[in-house]
Amino acid sequence: MSARDDVLANIRRSLGVKGTETIRRNIVAERLEHAPKGLIPARGQVSGEERLALFKTQAEAALATVTEVASSADVPLSIALFLRSHNLPASLRMGDDLRLKAMPWTETALDISHGPSEGHDLNAVSHAFGGVAETGSLVLVSGPENPSTLNFLPDNHIIVVAAKDIAGDYESVWNRVRFTFGKGGMPRTVNWITGPSRSGDIEQTMLLGAHGPRRLHVVVVSE
Amino acid sequence: MIVHTTSPQFKRNAARALADTQLQKALGNVKQGFIDKRRKAAEKLPEFEGLRDSARDIKNHTLEHLDLYLEAYEAKVKASGGHVHFARNADDARDIILSICREAGAKTVTKGKSMIAEEIEINGHLQANGITPVETDLGEYIIQLRNELPSHIIAPAVHLNATQVEQDFRRVHKDLDPKRDLSQPVQLLTEARAVLRERFFAADVGITGANFLVAETGTSIIVTNEGNGDLTQVLPKTHIVLASIEKLVPTLEDASQILRVLARSATGQEMSVYTTFSTGPRRASDADGPENYHVVLLDNGRSAMLGSDFEEMLRCIRCGACMNHCPVYHAVGGHAYGWVYPGPMGAVLTPSLIGVDKAGHLPNATTFCGRCESVCPVRIPLPKLMRHWREREFERHLTPATFRSGLAFWGFFAKRPALYRLVTRAAMGALGFAGRHRGRFKWLPLAKGWTKYRDFPAPQGETFQARWKRERKGKAA
Repeated sequence: MSARDDVLANIRRSLGVKGTETIRRNIVAERLEHAPKGLIPARGQVSGEERLALFKTQAEAALATVTEVASSADVPLSIALFLRSHNLPASLRMGDDLRLKAMPWTETALDISHGPSEGHDLNAVSHAFGGVAETGSLVLVSGPENPSTLNFLPDNHIIVVAAKDIAGDYESVWNRVRFTFGKGGMPRTVNWITGPSRSGDIEQTMLLGAHGPRRLHVVVVSE
Repeated sequence: MIVHTTSPQFKRNAARALADTQLQKALGNVKQGFIDKRRKAAEKLPEFEGLRDSARDIKNHTLEHLDLYLEAYEAKVKASGGHVHFARNADDARDIILSICREAGAKTVTKGKSMIAEEIEINGHLQANGITPVETDLGEYIIQLRNELPSHIIAPAVHLNATQVEQDFRRVHKDLDPKRDLSQPVQLLTEARAVLRERFFAADVGITGANFLVAETGTSIIVTNEGNGDLTQVLPKTHIVLASIEKLVPTLEDASQILRVLARSATGQEMSVYTTFSTGPRRASDADGPENYHVVLLDNGRSAMLGSDFEEMLRCIRCGACMNHCPVYHAVGGHAYGWVYPGPMGAVLTPSLIGVDKAGHLPNATTFCGRCESVCPVRIPLPKLMRHWREREFERHLTPATFRSGLAFWGFFAKRPALYRLVTRAAMGALGFAGRHRGRFKWLPLAKGWTKYRDFPAPQGETFQARWKRERKGKAA
């Protein structure tokens, strides 16, 4: 018998089942099909300004910084200002995201490059798929638009998120993922990011910038 | 595979740990840090207790249908272009991983934190076959330099102080300036970051564990704060996920429910920094990511725990809250437990995985205070499960003769209530009288094991039963 058959047979012996029982198969199929939500904390179940404020509070509690701009046309200037105020080089790497590409980068003196990170970029910008107010988390999906290396290799990671894409809870974002990628389908990775990289491994003292970005800056586009 | 364990020498390990001043200093960080942070996080979320119930129910449901969820998961991984390998035991898993690494022509392998990797001792196996494994979680990296086991499941180097880490870095990072300043923890972190950056890029294969596997989508989930697990899986050509079979959950919603209690129970964070959902290898249009995606599913004794007294242990999500709150762990640290899993969860899991004959001391090293159960996010009745192991140990005549004869002696009286009352009344009266002035004993016959370390408090002269009877009478009147 193969290892696979052995393991499954052992599980079935322990559970006292054959694996062919219609009732069990139906229960499993049902759960996979309907994905019951469970208990959703009331905290995130707010809308409009309140939700945005919660997102901001939670993201800042996780030590991210958050700025709001009125429209996507304001993003480049806002980012240039952020980099300058932290004495960071005026360079920025990004993927092929059309929303980012359409922004007026030429209004700034930023040196823009495109593609995944090869490890030399200090600053990168990604466009989030969404956000979750409950914990101030950003949701990013992999692809040529926003390569996932940009989330982890640069020292300073800037994430642009549209206010309308900030949901109250994770479950709402999963609904959008299903709508975009098809039921049961997923991009190669979905990254939930809540604050900058950190480690508490030395004497349980929390230090920022372990392996990933030392800074996480979020630009919320209100429009 | 020969299991390397010092669990049979638990008593000796514990005595050494108690005398180790460096360790005792470091263990102070556990008590101070984790307990308060978890409490605050739990208090901030009104639904926390309800989410614990939900997490428990999801895990129970999955375990009841584990065969079917594994089949569904496997089909989904294959559909997304990944490979699934079942491993009956550690040897199977080691062979599978080695052959994937060989196929990839691997010279170095980066690793995210994985307790299963410790369980199957994959590092030694790779090394013996000419492949260099590099741990990338800061804590794991430190203990790899020291050739030690993790002493905690989420804070592997919790037994060390910064000065010890500094010494290790100076010893190993020989090409760096010997006069560099490493007096601050942040300098140690920065150095490790720079050293490991090069290793991330050089690696041919990345091995990560998994906090959850999602049947609905064929997704593996890792949760980290450092981002090391992500660099481990996104940069090399091949990503291997090493996970045990009980990591399955049905859907993304189920995973999200449990994620809400995981970080809060572990570090007191509302959510860990990086929660990563990986499904298959890079897609045709992707600009980065691994070209090959393998999942190794390890059984190693777990299927036999299903349907047994120990099934509930399979709900464990490895948050570490039980050890963070355990007075025994606080006193002796993780290494004394002698194998991969320390603390209360280790005291239940270790005998299941390596045998109660080797690990019988662990479920005995408990005060049964119940704090572990009171904080477990999936409500595992850890004290009850430890008690089951004590029964098994007794049934199999593994307990020492003096212990057994002591129990038999007590049993003789316990089965004769009148005699029991008479003898205990006489004994408590005598002890109460003898200790009436000092209130405690420095020495007692047959109690050297106790009085060697602390005084024995003198009884008040009355037995519990007698007092109970007296006070009940008083109430009734």
